[in-house]
Formats: sequence, C-alpha cells, structure tokens
Amino acid sequence: MYAQEVKSTGKGIKTHEEMSAEERDFQVRIDAGEKIEPKDWMPDGYRKNLVRQISQHGHSEVVGQLPEGNWITRAPTLERKAILLAKVQDEAGHGLYLYSAAETLGVSRADLIDDLLSGKAKYSSIFNYPTLNWADMGAVGWLVDGAAIVNQVALQRTSYGPYSRAMVRICKEESFHARQGFDIMMKMSSGTAAQKAMAQDALNRLWWPALMMFGPTDADSVHSAQSMAWKIKVMTNDEGRQKFVDQTIPQIEYLGLEVPDSAAKLNPKTGHYEFSDPDWAEFFEVLKGNGPCNVDRLRARNKAHDDGAWFRDGLMAHTKKQQIAAE
Amino acid sequence: MFEFLLRMGDNTLVLGHRVSEWCGHAPVLEEDIALANIALDMIGQTRLWLGLAGEVEGQGRDADALAFRRDAWDFRNLLLVERPNRDFGHTLMRQFLFDLWHHERLSDLCLSEDDRVAGIAAKCVKEADYHLERSKDLIIRLGDGSAESHRKMQDALDALWPYVGEMFSDDTLDIEMNEAGIAPLPSSQRPRFDKALSATLALATLIRPESNFAQMGGRSGTHTEDLGHMLATMQFLQRAYPDARW
Repeated sequence: MYAQEVKSTGKGIKTHEEMSAEERDFQVRIDAGEKIEPKDWMPDGYRKNLVRQISQHGHSEVVGQLPEGNWITRAPTLERKAILLAKVQDEAGHGLYLYSAAETLGVSRADLIDDLLSGKAKYSSIFNYPTLNWADMGAVGWLVDGAAIVNQVALQRTSYGPYSRAMVRICKEESFHARQGFDIMMKMSSGTAAQKAMAQDALNRLWWPALMMFGPTDADSVHSAQSMAWKIKVMTNDEGRQKFVDQTIPQIEYLGLEVPDSAAKLNPKTGHYEFSDPDWAEFFEVLKGNGPCNVDRLRARNKAHDDGAWFRDGLMAHTKKQQIAAE
Repeated sequence: MFEFLLRMGDNTLVLGHRVSEWCGHAPVLEEDIALANIALDMIGQTRLWLGLAGEVEGQGRDADALAFRRDAWDFRNLLLVERPNRDFGHTLMRQFLFDLWHHERLSDLCLSEDDRVAGIAAKCVKEADYHLERSKDLIIRLGDGSAESHRKMQDALDALWPYVGEMFSDDTLDIEMNEAGIAPLPSSQRPRFDKALSATLALATLIRPESNFAQMGGRSGTHTEDLGHMLATMQFLQRAYPDARW
C-alpha cells in the first residue's frame, strides 16, 4: 500500500437517514458499483480523502525513485541497468498519472509537491529504508512492488473513475516490476555464497517494512470504515497483509531462503499462514520522520526541486516571450 | 575495427552512465522520465556496439566483459561524455553537443560498407534523431529564457567548448576506417556540425566561443580524472565478485 496514513475527515459513517439527499444518491451510486467522475457531485470528505490518498500514492512513486536510483550506477550488467532504468522511469510515470488523477479533484500539482517537500504530506514508509546491497533491487521489486500490487489490484475497483483507471495501467507495469525483482532474487539465491548471503540479507531487512506497507492492524486503523464505505479503500489492512504473506512465503521457500519470522507457519485448517506482528513502534517512528532515510529522502527531493528552479523558470520565461511575440 | 567499435560503444556507455546519475534528482518529473529514457537508449546502443566489438575481437569477451572489466586506459570515449554532470545546464549542453555530433556520425555510418555497422547505425540513428530534437528544443528555450537560464547555458557552453574539437580530429585509425569504407573521416562532419550549431545557438541567443583549442586524448585512452571514479562505481560489483553471474 502506498498510502498508509490517510486520516479520514469524516466523523464516522452516517446512516442513510442522517444523509442529505445528495449524499444518499451518492452512496447509492457507490453501492451499485458506479464510478464517480470528476464533474460529479461528491461529499467534501470524499474529495479530501481521495486527494490525500492519491497524492500520498503519487509521492510514494516519486520518492520511490531514490532507493532504486541508488543502484542504477552500480548495476552489475548492461541488461540489469537497462531494466532498472526502465523500472524507475515507470515509477516516475506513475507519479505523473497519479498527480494528474489528483488534479481532477481540483488541486494543483505544484501545491501537492510543496506539501511533500515541506514534510506535510506523507509517502510510503518503505522508502525510508536504505538499499544496501544489489539483492535489494530484487527484494524491492519482489516484496515492495509485490505488496503494492496486492492493494493496487484491489484499487482497480475503487469508486473514483480516474484513480481506478490509473490503477489499471499501473498494475500492468507493477507486475512486470515484481517479476523482474523475483528474477534477480532467483539469480542471487542460486548464485555464489556471497550472492545468496546478499539475498538473505535483503529479505531480512525488507520483510518487516514490506508488511508495514499495509498500514496498522485493522483494530488500530480508525479511519478505514468511511473509506471502505466510499470504496476509496476496498480491502482492509489486515486482509491485504494476509494475502501478501500467503503468496510470498511459498516464494521464499522456492528461493531456498529462510523466512525472517520463526513463528511463521501454515495453518492447515484455514489455509493461511500465521505470522508475527511487525514492530509497530518502529512503524510509527518512521511515520514521524525517524526512519533511517527520512531526512535524506526529503533532502534529496528538496535539493532536486531547489536546484531545478532556474530550469523551470527559464522555460516559463521562454513561453512568455513567445506569447508576447505572437500577440 | 575493434577499436573503432569501442569508440562508438564507449561514448554511449559513459554518457548513458552520466545521464543515469540524474535518476530521481531532475528539476521536474517529466525530466526524470526523459533522462531515464535517454540513458536507456544509450545503454541499449552500447550493447549493440560493444557486442559487435566482442565478436570482432574474437576472444570471448561480450559487451558486459568490455563494459565492466576494462580499466580507464582501455576506454575509447570522447572526453566530452565523461565530463561530470555539474548542474542541469551542463548536462543538457553536453547532451546537445554530443547529439549534434552523434546524429551526423550515425547518419554517415548508415552508409558504411560494413553491413553490421550500417545495421547498428540505422537502429541508433532513429533514437539519436529524437535526442537531438529534444536537446535543440531545450537549448533554445533555456538560452532564450530568463536571464539566469541564459547565463547558465552560456557558462555550460563555454566550459564544454574545449571538448568539442576532439569529436572532429582524424587519427591513423580514422584514416584506415575511411579507406576501408567503414566510416568517413570525423573531420568531414565538421562543416555540417558548425552549420547546425550556429542555427541553434542563434535561436538560443548564445555565443559560440572563439577559441579553437581542443582537449584531446579520450579516443586513444588518455582520460580526465573523472573517468576512473565513474568506473570505480560502475564496475564495483563485477570487480568485487568476479565469479558471480548476475
């Protein structure tokens, strides 16, 4: 999940009786599975929640370039370098679609970016963890994109049309990303002892942060109910996490790596894996800004923005000159 | 022939690497995407040129072995492409000067009597065409933009100008390649380059530096200090884990 901390603006879900006529019609449309489009009437809370969720998602794509960009210059073969470049390019593209989807709700990209740069807006906690060895490029694709896909596939059914359509496109590219990540993991885990050690190290470090991507447990996720009713969110945090664990543990075994959770085991009755809770205290610290890379990630984005001001201003100045000349 | 192919492949390898250093740090999201795209093209072209170089050499080295297991003195790229990114203006100006040369070079190589060279050039020239169009557009808009963008682009042109001459210098290898009908003399491209350069600089309101002094050496393996650092980064995994397959 790329939007973990979407605070709902609603004060709990209204009953049909408490709703205005407009709100009631709106909810009926959502319940019938209709898509809401930009010019349709929508409750303020719906609009605000969506802006926050879509922009957090967009920011995550943009900041997500950094941990992978960290290895582009050290990619071990020309093919790996090309694949990684293509992947990071896709992520920047996802950022653009998502910012565009958010703009259909009446906000500007410039304002959204200002909120990211000032630290006001959030992005996924996962990108505040470092990428320390080459196998991290495998683990990021496999685990991080894999976890994102679980949510994004569900979000294709989200009620807001532009967001839903962006998800359809994004999901196609994300599954390529997850596959290339798994491919790196296969190479690494069947390679030399050093490569296998890198693969295990990457898994050990990224496993827990990947579980945290789904957000706090449902019991602690007080803002979910309204978002679920509006179909902004279509799966609970715990449902997503369980789905991810169920699909990933057999893959870990296939790779011949150790699951970093000694308590993880298949429950034959339910058909689901049982697993330990991630360290939620760490999760909330990372959200507060105390993750290993929060400061560096924001500094990098701010530097890019500040250093690029003359470039953006120069292009605007040229356009203005052209307009004046045309008049 | 091997050396000639290294000259082509090392240019795109080194420039592709430099451009990829921007990933996630460009002034706007659209530029992050564009630069990743250009770097991708450059790396793709490298695989073609160095792949053929390995074949021609016949010693079992593939494109990766040539990219990741040679030291700086064996690199044959132009000094221009190894110049550090510095700021976005330098990056764009370096790309523009290279694209202007590269596009002409590839267009000529499409007519090479060696079918393999002509084939690779025909694939690459389509990308180079787009790169040049994009570069020209940005040089014009930023040169004729704000006072600051104009100054930055002029500074970049002045700083990179000493690295232009090397692109058009002929040496014995060039003469051999020309006589064999594989590649025309680099010097034969200069008039076309100058003409196209003047046209873009005029629209960009930028001044062509007067000096004709050229820093030389890249094409014969004498590089700037920057290349060694780039290779230390680029080749790290292949050097540290020589037995690994990636």
